[in-house]
Parts: sequence; C-alpha cells; structure tokens
Amino acid sequence: MSDSINQLRVDITKRYGAKTVLDQLKLEIRGGEFVTFLGPSGCGKSTALGIIAGLIPASGGEIWLDNQRIDHVPPEKRGFGMVFQNYALFPHLTVFDNVGFGLSLQHRQVAEIKERVQAMLGLVRLLGFEDRYPAQLSGGQQQRVAIARALILHPRLMLLDEPLSNLDAKLRVDMRAEIKQLHSKLSLTSIYVTHDQAEALSLSDRIVLLRDGVLMQVGTPQEIHDRPKNVFVADFMGFRNFFDVRLGQSMGGLIEGAGKSVKLRARAADDFAAGNDAIMAIRPEDVRIGKAPDGVNRITGKVEFIEYLGREQEAAIGIDAETRLWLRTSEKVALGDSVELTLPPEKIVLLPVD
Amino acid sequence: MTRARTDERSELDVVAILCLTPSLLYVFFMFIYPFLYGLYVSLQPMKARSWSVENYAAFFTDPYQYATIGTTFALAIPNSILVVLVALFLAYGMRRGIWMERTITTILVLPISLGVIFLSEGILGFYGTNGWLNQMLMDAGLMTEPLELTHNFIGVILSLFMQQFPFCFLMLLGYISGIDPSLESSARMLGATPWTVFRRVMLPLIAPGLAIAFALVFVMSFAVFPSAVMVGQPAGTTRTISIAAYQQAFEQYDMSYASAIAVIMGFCQLAALIVIVLVRRRMTIATTMGVGKR
Repeated sequence: MSDSINQLRVDITKRYGAKTVLDQLKLEIRGGEFVTFLGPSGCGKSTALGIIAGLIPASGGEIWLDNQRIDHVPPEKRGFGMVFQNYALFPHLTVFDNVGFGLSLQHRQVAEIKERVQAMLGLVRLLGFEDRYPAQLSGGQQQRVAIARALILHPRLMLLDEPLSNLDAKLRVDMRAEIKQLHSKLSLTSIYVTHDQAEALSLSDRIVLLRDGVLMQVGTPQEIHDRPKNVFVADFMGFRNFFDVRLGQSMGGLIEGAGKSVKLRARAADDFAAGNDAIMAIRPEDVRIGKAPDGVNRITGKVEFIEYLGREQEAAIGIDAETRLWLRTSEKVALGDSVELTLPPEKIVLLPVD
Repeated sequence: MTRARTDERSELDVVAILCLTPSLLYVFFMFIYPFLYGLYVSLQPMKARSWSVENYAAFFTDPYQYATIGTTFALAIPNSILVVLVALFLAYGMRRGIWMERTITTILVLPISLGVIFLSEGILGFYGTNGWLNQMLMDAGLMTEPLELTHNFIGVILSLFMQQFPFCFLMLLGYISGIDPSLESSARMLGATPWTVFRRVMLPLIAPGLAIAFALVFVMSFAVFPSAVMVGQPAGTTRTISIAAYQQAFEQYDMSYASAIAVIMGFCQLAALIVIVLVRRRMTIATTMGVGKR
C-alpha cells in the first residue's frame, strides 16, 4: 500500500429514484491537500464522501486515483481511512483491539501489531488506555481512537465525516487543533465533511461548498470567506445584510448601487456593469458605528433588537419600515438608540441576482 | 445536604416498589405459586400419603418414561439450531431493508397467526402420504413410493419450524437491524471483506440476541405437545416428555406422578438454559480476544 497519492479525480452523480442528490460533482484533489466539503445538511456532502470511500455506489461518473480507476473497487481494497461522525468503534473490542483491527486483518505478526498500536496510541495521546472498552471513554478519547484506528494503516487518503459534530463546543475546538496538527505532521491527503464554516475555514487548504448536490464554489478559505460567488455562499459564510440594487456608474474605482432604501458604493468589479441589477452584501462585523471621514455609505437607523454574544453584541438597526441592517459591535448600544453607521466600500461584495 | 439525599432516596424506593408490585404479584401467582404447588403435589404420591420421592424414582427407573427426555432433546436441539440458523441467515440478509420488504416479512410471519392445530392439519394435507406434495412428485414420475414426511420425527420438525421460525426471525431482524450500520462501514474501510465483517464484527454483536433466540426456541420446542401428537408418532419416535406427563395426568389420572414429570421437564429446560448462557459467555470471550495473545 502506498502512503501518498498525487491526485484524486472525482466526477460523480448520485440519484435516489427521481431525486438527484449529487449533480456531476467534478473535483481534483492534489496529494497532501486538506479539502473540506462544506454545506448545510442534505447538500450531498456525506453522500459524496461515501461514494469516494466506496460505501455508496454512484449512479454515474468516475473516480480516478492517479492512473487507476477505482469506482468499482470495493471499499476494503481502496486503502482509504475513514473517521465517522459517531466514531463507529467496535463496542466488543478494547481500545488496543480496535486500533489493531486493520493490522490483524492483514495477518501481521503479534509483535509488529503491538509495536505499531503502541506508537499510534502515543501519537493520539492515549497510552495506558489499551484495555478500556469504547464505552469507558469520553467522546474526545473515542474520537482519537477512531482516528488512530484509521491512521495506523497508513491510508492513501483520509476521509473524515463530521468527526467533531458530536463533541461539545470546547472539545471541538481542541480536537480541531489536534486534527490540524496531525495533518501537518503526516501531510496526509484528507477530505473532511462538515456543516460548520468555522471548522472548514480553520482546517482546510481548499473548501468545496455544496448546495442540493450542486457545487457552489471551490476555493481557499480566504477566497470563500472574502469573495463569495453568490448569495448562497455569502449567506452561508456569515454575510447577513443583503441589498437588492441597480448599479450606476463607477467613479474612482467605486460603483454605486441604488436600492429601495439605501444607496451604497462598493468596489467596482468586471462582471458588474452599470444598469444591471445586483445584490450588495456586507457582514455584520464589517459595519462600523460612526461617521467615515470621507462620508461614503453613511446610514442612520434605530436599534430595534439586540442579541448579546458575550464580548460583542449583534444588533438589528431599522433603516426604514422594511429594511434592517445587522451590526456586530463591542460598543454599547441600547434599544431605541439612534445610530449613525458606515459601510466601508471595500467590505461590500457584489453578487449576481439568482 | 446528605440528609436530604437519603430522604429522596427512600422516597424513590417506595415508588419503585409500588410500581413493581403488579409484576411481582403476577410472577408470584402465575409462576412461583404454581411451580411450588406442582413440586408439592409431585412429592405427595397417591399411594404413599406422605412425603416421598417415589414418583421421581419411578420415572428414572422406567426406561419407557426416562427415554422421553432423550427423545425430547433429540427433537428440540436440532429444531432450535435449524430455526435459529435459517432465521439468522434471512434476517442478516434483510438487515438494511430489501425490495418488497413488507410483503416478504408478512409472508414469513404469517404462520404465527394460524395456530398449531390448523398448521398441523395443513402439514398433513400437504406433506402427508397422500398429500399434495407426494401426489405431485409421483404424478411427475419423480417418485414411485410416497415420501414419509409426517407421523414421524420429520413431521414434528416441520411443524415446530413453521411455528417458531416467524417469531425467531422477527426477533433477530429487530436485533440485527438495531446494530449501528456505520460499524460495518468502518470495518470495510479497515480492510474487512463482507464475510470478515460478519465473523469479526457482526456475529459477536449479534451473539447475545442469538443466545436469547436460541433459548426461547429451545424452551418452546422442549414443551412440544400438539405437533408431537398430530404430525408425529406419539407412541414411538416422538413420544416427548410432555406426552408422558399428559398420559399420567389424563389417562392414568395420577396427578402426582404427572407433576413429577412436569418438574423434571422444568429442570431439563433450566439445565439447557444454563448451558446456553455458559456457551454464550465462552463465545464472547473467544471473539473479544480479537487481535490475540498479548
């Protein structure tokens, strides 16, 4: 079994009856890359992972690993490792036997199994837990056993299906860092499935955003975060303010958009010409309280609603009867306050109308 | 603080006991009392008019009587193995759902609703010497002599199988489909073929359910009576222990002796259950050894 791959090429379609859950998902994953499939539940991300693993048959398409077509190879012959959302540890086996399971199937020498299991348990910091059963471990420990069990076989590709979603918030952040460290230590080609954008941003080399089985955008975390291609991606990545506008002339690198209740200027972009309809979007945390020196994109409104988030608060500002603007700030605002806001043009993204 | 906790505890115990009472009463009046009464009757032989183990001695010195234990085991063990194996095979195959699942399950389970008598009549009509099966085989020229499938050992096995398979199948299907499917997936990802998945992962997890199913089927088979009379050979190869008890009770009118036979039957079933539990424990230990000698 080789330890590394150069490239995984995927072009898959999956239908259940008349319902298409994956519509010609085309992807190329390079060796050593950490790719995340991100999307809301039901977007097809887990199905895609299952098809790559060989656990779910595809309805059409091909999967190529370097120069080998693998879509008809059974999962046990693919040499991939997989970590499941519920860990899927064998409840009747101890930690040692769980981690050694794959090696014992390969009929390795007892001494070799023992040595490699010990080394692996050391890597995931579980030495001394050999004789415990999965039920005697905490969620985070079970997760590390699941990772060790997959890693010990030196998989060519590591598949992780929402591995952190069953953990509590604090542990999730710790395990996230641990997975990141393991990945950079072993530089293992990995595909990670999650619905949590923060996880995707912090772990990935590239993010694949899916919606209803259709690829929405592929890019680095920064690209996805800063330059979403459409309203869906923007919404998913935390943009909360959307304005339907008609674009006007651009001046000094800024293009003006006139909406029903606002007139905003954003950075001009090639795909957006004067006279067209577009959507302008900005994150709540990019909206600033106070006047900008140059007086661009100033809006006044009244605080209608406040969500306390700890260090910050998110407030809904009523601009007129129908339009609300979400603002995230660490400054004190109170219900009913009249506030003056600035929407920095460089923080506004232009999106096509669907 | 501690005081409050103990108060809470004792209050809970009262509630628990109250809730348990109906089932405890049921167990006492429907099981413990009849069992003790039977034991008492069996130790008061008609002739002796005092405490005596005469009935038990009579049973174990009369080959015509004690042979029924062997006969019953010889029926119950193969039947239980057959029922559990066939049910396991089908239930395992259907664990993730199959095409026309409801229809197929209904057909498999239907015999449960028919009752032993109707079923036995059906077996006689179909498998009997002049039954449909033999008529078809002989008309087709495949046989010259009819197959002897009823009024013998095979007839009883057929009848028992049909009565017990549906319930054993349903029980195992429920048990197996309750096992997390991702365990199978993860074993496959670790290099296990479907057969290895069954042997190394699924079978150990199914084993407790298998043992319970086997125990229940066995106990039911051991008490076989109507089938043994109707489609068996109650005077010979299928003279089971329940027939012996029946004859003492309602042909010889010796309730005391009949009770003794019933108690012996109960102890045979108990012994078998203990063996099943021990075997199951051995099995668990053997399978959890997994990677092996460390």
